[in-house]
Amino acid sequence: MALIELSGITKYYEMGDQVVKALDGIDIEVIENDYVAFIGSSGSGKSTMLNILGCLDKPSSGQYHLNGKNVESLDPNELSEIRNLEIGFIFQSFNLLPRATALGNVMQPLVYRGIGYRQRKDMAMQALERVGLGDRVDHLPNQLSGGQRQRVAIARALVTHPSILLADEPTGNLDSQTTIEIMQLFDDLHDEGHTLIVVTHEDEIAQHCHRVVEMKDGRVFNDSTSNSAAVTS
Amino acid sequence: MFFALIESFRSALASIIAHGLRSFLTTLGIVIGVASVIAVISVTQGMSSFIGETFASLGSNSLTIQSYTPFEDQMKGIRARLTPEDMELIERRAEGIASITPILYANRSSQIKFGSQTAFSRIMGTTYAFQEVSQNYMSVGRFIAQSDNLTRRRVVIIGDKVRENLNMPDNPVNEYVDIGGEWFKIVGLMEAKGEIMGQSQDDIVLMPYNTMRSLQGNQARTDIQIQLSLSESAVLENVTAQLTNLLRNAHDLDSDEDDDFQIQTAEQLMETFDTVINMVTIVIGGIVSISLLVGGIGIMNIMLVSVTERTREIGICKAIGAKRHHILMQFLIEALLLSLLGGLIGLAIGYGLGTLISSSIPSFPPASIPLWSVALALGFSGFVGVLFGILPAAKAANLDPIDALRYE
Ligand SMILES: Nc1ncnc2c1ncn2[C@@H]1O[C@H](COP(=O)(O)OP(=O)(O)OP(=O)(O)O)[C@@H](O)[C@H]1O
Ligand SMILES: [Mg+2]
Repeated sequence: MALIELSGITKYYEMGDQVVKALDGIDIEVIENDYVAFIGSSGSGKSTMLNILGCLDKPSSGQYHLNGKNVESLDPNELSEIRNLEIGFIFQSFNLLPRATALGNVMQPLVYRGIGYRQRKDMAMQALERVGLGDRVDHLPNQLSGGQRQRVAIARALVTHPSILLADEPTGNLDSQTTIEIMQLFDDLHDEGHTLIVVTHEDEIAQHCHRVVEMKDGRVFNDSTSNSAAVTS
Repeated sequence: MFFALIESFRSALASIIAHGLRSFLTTLGIVIGVASVIAVISVTQGMSSFIGETFASLGSNSLTIQSYTPFEDQMKGIRARLTPEDMELIERRAEGIASITPILYANRSSQIKFGSQTAFSRIMGTTYAFQEVSQNYMSVGRFIAQSDNLTRRRVVIIGDKVRENLNMPDNPVNEYVDIGGEWFKIVGLMEAKGEIMGQSQDDIVLMPYNTMRSLQGNQARTDIQIQLSLSESAVLENVTAQLTNLLRNAHDLDSDEDDDFQIQTAEQLMETFDTVINMVTIVIGGIVSISLLVGGIGIMNIMLVSVTERTREIGICKAIGAKRHHILMQFLIEALLLSLLGGLIGLAIGYGLGTLISSSIPSFPPASIPLWSVALALGFSGFVGVLFGILPAAKAANLDPIDALRYE
């Protein structure tokens, strides 16, 4: 049984009398410990797709089974629990808490797990060091550069050790050196057994993944297992 | 859950501090409400505990009887009277009385002159027994003697306030004063008793009862007051019942007629004061709860603004795993802290205000805050916070994560 099973997923937005079909019938399966890249032009529905996978958004129609559970049947609190325990989400627009420091942001998901302050702080420090931000923990988001914010967002997604990591353009604001470091981190996570789904524009990153799904106008246009997957940088 | 709660407190505090001025203005309604409750309670409580002490010192075993005319009868020109005969009757027939004295107030001018000084005072005629009944002690000189009364001597005893008002020497004994065109010799000065409720107990002139009667031309229809003290073994209720019986018979009252006199004990007087004070407290309490209501609405308003402002933050928290109760708690706690903060500030201001009022009115008893009023004020402001915080908090908790994240 696949970890993620989508069948006939659509997402329509009604804008006046015009209907925007952000997702227009998606059937896809992702197995455990898969390493998937979603590529496609801007507006093709990648973020929409990731929101649904992350149990943040609900499809207009279709079925989503996560770990065999029908997501549609879960109530808001159960969805929160899944997002907290199973999923690490790296947003395209970071979505950091503006009034919390880098450390506070990374600690926040652990609050909802009922973990005490000391342990939260230790775990958050580890995650921040892993993304190379051990020296910026007391900065507020608006005191950080774009790339640093992105790394805080990555640390926040990692800190809970989620089984599924969903990353929306995780390297969009990073220089090539940091990009390599982050991709190395993703490779490590994959080796540790996590399932990774990465939305990206960049070919090199897509090459990193084992599987590349190309989207176009809300549909899966191409779904291939990358040959270079075995080759690690 | 526990750690989430602590975290909610921390972040609620942080956000209250971050919006310092706004938070303060928001709590102003609560501050004013609680401050006025506490000010009123502290003043009235100080007053009633003081009154309690004062009346206790007056002695609970003394009784005052005076005539009482219902308002309707007053309109018809009927006046109830308590006569010297009534007193004689009580003296002869009632049991359990230690001492008894009539009091006859001057019915015309209560002007008193000394040299070129003029003053107004409470002038009353009474007997030697008054000293025992009302526990007055002499500072200089003597009290009214039985012989003064029998021979209608023109002597007076004055209170210290009168001496002061008339610019008399420290020892006024043997000086003469002019009351109603007659000369009176001062034979005694009473010990100063201080004030009750801002009224001096020392602004008083006593003369023999019979002297007062003859001054008033020995009218047959005088209306006197009777003061008496009970003997050790007497039971207040029994004596009161006996007196009522005697006087009703003497006044020929039918069984369907009301008493035309009143028997008052010091305790009753105190209860009357207490009821008045309680009524004031309740009325002002009512006004104050309206201001707390307004304060609560202020908090609700600002919490709604705050929820809207932080919609994206709420979306983020939900996206990383916050459940409904996490968000609900956070906003409820913020509302609770806001209003408790207002309550505390109000408590401090109210206490300051109460102290200021009490100390700025001379001879007013010091303010006192009973613990229950502190608990009440904080409990009530906390309640207001939770009550008016629920709606905004529920609004926040029910936000859809993706909608909240997209909110600009
Ligand atoms: N809330 C919304 N209301 C209306 N239309 C929406 C909404 N969200 C997305 N869309 C539309 O759905 C389509 C897919 O958007 P999506 O954000 O998934 O694109 P994307 O592939 O992530 O693009 P990019 O690479 O630029 O991030 C777009 O045409 C967009 O306009
Ligand atoms: Mg996108």
